[in-house]
Amino acid sequence: MGAVFRPYSPTDSLQSDRSSGDRQRHREKLRDVLKENIADVISEQSIIGRDGDNIIKIPIKGIKEYRFVYGPNNPRVAQGNGGTEPGDKVGKVQQEGDAAEGEAGDQPGEDYYETDVTLDELVEIMFEDLELPDLESKPLRAIESEYTHKRSGTKRVGIRAHLDKKRTVKNRIRRRFAHQKMMNADQEGKPSEIDEAEEKRFPFSAKDFRFHRHKPDIRYESNAVVICLMDTSGSMNVMKKYLARSFFFLLYQFVRLKYRQTELVFIAHDTKAKEVSEDDFFHKGESGGTMISSGYRKALDIIHDRFDPSMWNIYAFHCSDGDNFQEDVPRTLALARELCACCNLFGYGEIKPVGGIAWGTPMLQHFDELTEENFTTIGITAKSDVWPKFKAFLSRDRERAQDFESDFNPHI
Amino acid sequence: MSRQYTLKDLQDWEERIAEKVEEFGLDCYPQEFEICDHMQMLGMMTYHGMPSHYPHWSFGKSFERTKTLYDYGVQGIPYEMVINSDPCIAGLMRDNSECLQVLTMAHVYGHNDFFKNNFTFRHTEASRVVARFKSHADRIRGYVEDPSIGQGAVERILDAAHALSFQCRRNQAIKRRTPEDQIEKALAEQKDDPTAAAFSSEAVLHKNPLEPEENILLFVRDNNSRLAEWEKDLLTIVHEEALYFQPQMETKIINEGWACYWHREIMNSLDLPAEIHMEFLVRHNQVVRPIPGDLNPYNIGLTLWDRIEETILGEARNHFDDPQATDVRQKMFEIRETDRDTSFIRRFMDRQTMEKLDLFEAKTEGSDWVVSKISTDEDWKPVRDLLVKSVGLGAIPDIAIVDCDGDGARTLKLQHMFDGRELEATYAEKTLSHLYELWGRKVSLETVLNDNLAVYSYDGMAFSVTPNLITAMYPTV
Repeated sequence: MGAVFRPYSPTDSLQSDRSSGDRQRHREKLRDVLKENIADVISEQSIIGRDGDNIIKIPIKGIKEYRFVYGPNNPRVAQGNGGTEPGDKVGKVQQEGDAAEGEAGDQPGEDYYETDVTLDELVEIMFEDLELPDLESKPLRAIESEYTHKRSGTKRVGIRAHLDKKRTVKNRIRRRFAHQKMMNADQEGKPSEIDEAEEKRFPFSAKDFRFHRHKPDIRYESNAVVICLMDTSGSMNVMKKYLARSFFFLLYQFVRLKYRQTELVFIAHDTKAKEVSEDDFFHKGESGGTMISSGYRKALDIIHDRFDPSMWNIYAFHCSDGDNFQEDVPRTLALARELCACCNLFGYGEIKPVGGIAWGTPMLQHFDELTEENFTTIGITAKSDVWPKFKAFLSRDRERAQDFESDFNPHI
Repeated sequence: MSRQYTLKDLQDWEERIAEKVEEFGLDCYPQEFEICDHMQMLGMMTYHGMPSHYPHWSFGKSFERTKTLYDYGVQGIPYEMVINSDPCIAGLMRDNSECLQVLTMAHVYGHNDFFKNNFTFRHTEASRVVARFKSHADRIRGYVEDPSIGQGAVERILDAAHALSFQCRRNQAIKRRTPEDQIEKALAEQKDDPTAAAFSSEAVLHKNPLEPEENILLFVRDNNSRLAEWEKDLLTIVHEEALYFQPQMETKIINEGWACYWHREIMNSLDLPAEIHMEFLVRHNQVVRPIPGDLNPYNIGLTLWDRIEETILGEARNHFDDPQATDVRQKMFEIRETDRDTSFIRRFMDRQTMEKLDLFEAKTEGSDWVVSKISTDEDWKPVRDLLVKSVGLGAIPDIAIVDCDGDGARTLKLQHMFDGRELEATYAEKTLSHLYELWGRKVSLETVLNDNLAVYSYDGMAFSVTPNLITAMYPTV
């Protein structure tokens, strides 16, 4: 017979990654799935508090290919090792409708695909989900940082240093051609040697000169600072802190995406406030009572010292479980108004896991008195709340952005 | 793994194997072997071995899945990948040991012979299959690149078509009545049947399909006038590919058993050097050992072929020492031509073999699979029958189109030929929604749910599952 052998060729192998297109498409589809389930994904602890380039492995439920198949509970035939007796247990029923029989590819069942995404990609997906307008277009938030010049077209007069040599020479060539044509037309039929002599000397004329034109190029720098305020009184337990942290994380990621330079300030307060490092902020347990005004006072101090509101976009957010000394409430409200005046957005998040005990009137209700439009309150009760509430929080900012833009362009 | 052999060695081995193949009387297509690395092998597996195949994301998924299993060592790459084509194309993994290559080549010849001779493969036109798949691929790529169609639209149809591709006629060897014959037959039956007075001959002419239609994709293609030509072409392509792969699903056990039988026969006759022979024994036993809690087609297939031989001979043969008898071989050749898994098991699986294979029936009890019947005197038949029912195309529910209400709202009615096994509800719903994509109007499926007749329906907006109280399958016109 003599079979044909096609020997292995490494170059073929390199070129024969034939499934790459289909894999790419599959990954795109997985990404869509990821987008749909983004709320679940980002409330997972492992993601919060990572650096941007860290690769995160996220298991995503595979995209199912549906067919008509039999259900999982139908009796089936299988093999044993010998000596199987009625009543023997021969395995577990697989969950999620895994059918017992069928062609390998046709079995329903749960496949998980691990997708590697960096945090930055994930954040991008998250904010695609938000469908936010480009906030950076707000002129008020941009601060002039650099004033330089940029070339833009040419002009006929200028200084030598700005001479555009290429165009100048081109113009001369063009003029010479035109000139020759005219000469030829004039002396039709009588060629002369004068032409050649003429041609050797064809000097630049002032008409040929072109100079670069410059226009001012202003670069805008947009800086932002996220001020994270957290109540670290005795009543803030680990769960509450975690919820607060998730929220701060999202806020930071969001702000970071929109501004070139983003700073973070952490303020922890019980009855007194102090600026702390990120690590201390999230991990150090504190105790004691709660004086929210102390935190706001500290935030205002920091803003005045380091972040001039005319130069910085300030996002402040405060997380607390809502217990505050009653006497402190009026002061807190007054300071909150002050903060609203200098922040782009000031938010208050009250974290009350279901089943928690509340003392007195929660701050959430007191804050109803505040009517500043860049002030938002939200209530978080569970992990699953974080993302929807965050979306709602930002949509306030978005509405304002739209208002702003329509104020700015009255014709539209 | 050492690869101290050269291409020349493989060719020498192949020559010797081919000699034996001829000697044993196997009837094969010309054979081609491609030496590939594991990535190429994964690529081949992804596209069912086809040198060219149309693109679809599901193949990307399948590749990713196989590769993950391979990378984590959950699953090895099969020793061979062979396709039913003329010439028969098979891949050999270059990282395999010399022994495995020889074993694989011998095994491939077994499949090759089976592809060429088994009746279920008759319609597959093996000599043109590679070109046909290439043409499918070119056409589909063309649609994807066509700016008026595009990837999204092509995927929408392909996703839906894939969901229904194996809902097609089960026995390609049985001739189908043409529509004219169907009408004639129905009219003739009506004349003979006085109870059918309610149906006028008019009704017969209006009913579509007249007889339940299993080729769902083709029926939709031919009866949904809203489909564009390219959409119809996609349905045709998917249907044709399903038909091509159908025989391989139908003959998994008999085909693998046959290939194992012959690789053992060939290997034993090759006078292998001791170390290769030792490795062969190990590998062979790895392949044909039972997988507890599952069904290993290699194991069941080979055991059945051995049993057939034993029955004819009256005693088991020592495959290493005793040569095969010619009349036995002839008998086996006949079986490999005329049987598929269902008939193979029904005809040759006896109680003794059932016991040897330790086949049992298991049912779910809470979250456990519990053995309910084993192969005893009284139970072996029901267990065997259940096995027959679930192998080959038995794993695919038998669903046919019974009506498309051509004069009314054009609701497409499907009926599940219930055989005691209920459908997976979520999958049924989603598949119906795929069918809706293709049909464009309401679709419904009559089946049995929790021991009651039920009708699933989907109209593009919502699903409904209703107990079917009155069977209104044939409304009077």
